[in-house]
Amino acid sequence: MTHSNPLEPEEPGHHPGPSTYVKVAVILAIVTAIEVALSYIPGASPALIVTGLLVMALAKFVLVALYFMHLRFDNPLFRRLFVTGVILALIVFAVYLTTLFARGGAAPLVTGS
Amino acid sequence: MAAHGAAAAVHDEQHHSSTGVDNTKMAMWAFLGSECLFFGSLISTYLLYRNRVLDGPRPHEIYDIPYTSVSSFVLLMSSLTMVLALAAIQRRDMRGCRIWLLATAMLGMIFIGGQIYEFTTFVEEGLKLSTSTFGSSFFVMTGFHGAHVTVGIFMLLALFGMSMFGRLDDADGPRKVELIGLYWHFVDIVWIVIFTVVYLVPTN
Repeated sequence: MTHSNPLEPEEPGHHPGPSTYVKVAVILAIVTAIEVALSYIPGASPALIVTGLLVMALAKFVLVALYFMHLRFDNPLFRRLFVTGVILALIVFAVYLTTLFARGGAAPLVTGS
Repeated sequence: MAAHGAAAAVHDEQHHSSTGVDNTKMAMWAFLGSECLFFGSLISTYLLYRNRVLDGPRPHEIYDIPYTSVSSFVLLMSSLTMVLALAAIQRRDMRGCRIWLLATAMLGMIFIGGQIYEFTTFVEEGLKLSTSTFGSSFFVMTGFHGAHVTVGIFMLLALFGMSMFGRLDDADGPRKVELIGLYWHFVDIVWIVIFTVVYLVPTN
């Protein structure tokens, strides 16, 4: 169930049942197995592997957030709070990458003791 | 019945904000949103520095993918047991809730045990916190994640103890389990990102 009004009180009684949770867990386990198998494919294009791995990680992330954390069923205000955090994290990541490319594609070398 | 209604009214007054949503749950989501920034920074730092190795082993030389895959599977399954604990307490099945809470804590401990073993192996193979920027960024990132899992285990055990003494039997019990559950699932999704980006994505 979704709410059209973010100010509408949540209705926690509409969470899915254990069978849905088990199905989601099975999907997560299968996707993880595919991820690991993909990283072992010899001679595959690195770009293809990276794209595939990121898409599958995103799918797992979304599945856990929507079903286990109930973002699909709870008040949309919670979803907005969390998505704001994720977007800010991606902005931080973009700033890091910009810094990297501004330095000519390499982070500074720092050696330990 | 009237007493139950009065208790529910007090509960609503205590936990619902002017927005109509549970304020403790909203606080937890705001906290988790801020944690996204925290882990986003750590993962970004790792990605910047993972190929900057002058001394010590490189990432692909020391990562044991099959071993970490099993750890990841354990943590994923702990999310399932956590949500089953919530489903149990929402049905007022307190025994089921206790079993699933304990199972979640046990799976978390297995994950942490695996991480301690991995860290020990890495140190024996020459990768320490100060060996290289790769080592520093790796240990700080995965160490902070491990610390979060450890905090989660303590909270799960606290919930289990509260349940044993009947402190989760009231109308507020499911909300307490749900709040800790949100934290636990967040720790799981952070590991989903770390496992893929750190361990599986090929390095140069």
